[in-house]
Amino acid sequence: MFGWWQYIVDLLVYDLAGMERGTPVAAAIDFFLFDTVKILLLLIVIIFAITFIRTFFPPERTRRILAAKKEGLWGAHVAAALLGIVTPFCSCSAVPLFIGFVEAGIPLGVTFSYLIAAPMVNEVALGMLYGMFGFKVALIYLVSGEVIAIVSGIIIGRLGLEKWVEECVYTIKVGAQEVTVPTFRERISESYQFTLQVLGKIWLYVLIGIGIGALMHGWIPAGALAQYAGRDNPFAVLVAVVAGVPLYANAAGVIPLVAELSRAGVAMGTALAFMMAVTALSIPEMILLRRVLKPKLLAIFVAIVSLGIIMTGYLFNTLL
Amino acid sequence: MKKLQVLGTGCPKCKQLAQMTETAAQELGIEYELIKVTDINDILSFGVMMTPALVVDGVLKVAGKVPPVAEIKKLLA
Repeated sequence: MFGWWQYIVDLLVYDLAGMERGTPVAAAIDFFLFDTVKILLLLIVIIFAITFIRTFFPPERTRRILAAKKEGLWGAHVAAALLGIVTPFCSCSAVPLFIGFVEAGIPLGVTFSYLIAAPMVNEVALGMLYGMFGFKVALIYLVSGEVIAIVSGIIIGRLGLEKWVEECVYTIKVGAQEVTVPTFRERISESYQFTLQVLGKIWLYVLIGIGIGALMHGWIPAGALAQYAGRDNPFAVLVAVVAGVPLYANAAGVIPLVAELSRAGVAMGTALAFMMAVTALSIPEMILLRRVLKPKLLAIFVAIVSLGIIMTGYLFNTLL
Repeated sequence: MKKLQVLGTGCPKCKQLAQMTETAAQELGIEYELIKVTDINDILSFGVMMTPALVVDGVLKVAGKVPPVAEIKKLLA
């Protein structure tokens, strides 16, 4: 798909600039130019597409859809996890969304399926994984994120943990909001604006991430880390997740790094588990959620999601 | 005098919306009073689950996004 661009970059670096093939500097510059343009283009397409779908599912509508589903059925969890993908999730919306959902009578477990899927499966990560590893890895990321969200939500629902939600959640009244249906033009214009905003926010991280990746690409030989974090080390995934949870970074900055780690010999499942831990669980989000969840429920939430990510990591190390 | 309320718990986007609303109001030259609503109960009482949001004279105009200044101007006019 991007062969034409590789051709142009090679011309620029080796013929026009006259750099010598095979030297680390040339390899790093070639890699940087190629990846930056490829990834930014893919991001534009994917962010635009997801934002467009999103205009059909404002939170009020999601809330109505989920509130109409029957408790205890898989369908409600699946719907919640799917709707989580198209949510513009920013951790500051976690609390109002949580209260809004619980207030509408959506079961706690279904609410969690949504709250887990929203930050875990995001369009930026999806676009970058597709750009750097291809369709298969992007699909695996999507499916495993959804499965973790669905299963975790079902477990939290079965445990009957409503008593560990802060009492204040049940006393807040959510006002009615009129929902106006946007026109096609408005949807397009909104998607366009949002894509620009997201790119404006992440482009620097993408460049820094690819830059570090490019340096590693030039100087660290493929497979150099295999003996430490390859598939034969049973603790690698565990360490990756434990290290990733307290880190808080944009998927945009982590993925180019993940790509290079994997090239240097870190097993793909381990690298993906690291990325999911960084993006799905973060300390700022936990501090916000503490306002609506008692410590025990918060701890169970973090434990179940971490466990899910660890299991996914091992699964991919076995499959890929 | 227009009463402009920016709803948000203090995330970067909320600050951005507050600032852009201020710019829009000044460019229009209207008299206004800008209030930042940060209490979660108050935010939810407008039915807003996705911050930031803009309320003009008690009517919710925008939720969950930061529109460009030109668009905010139309909402204030």
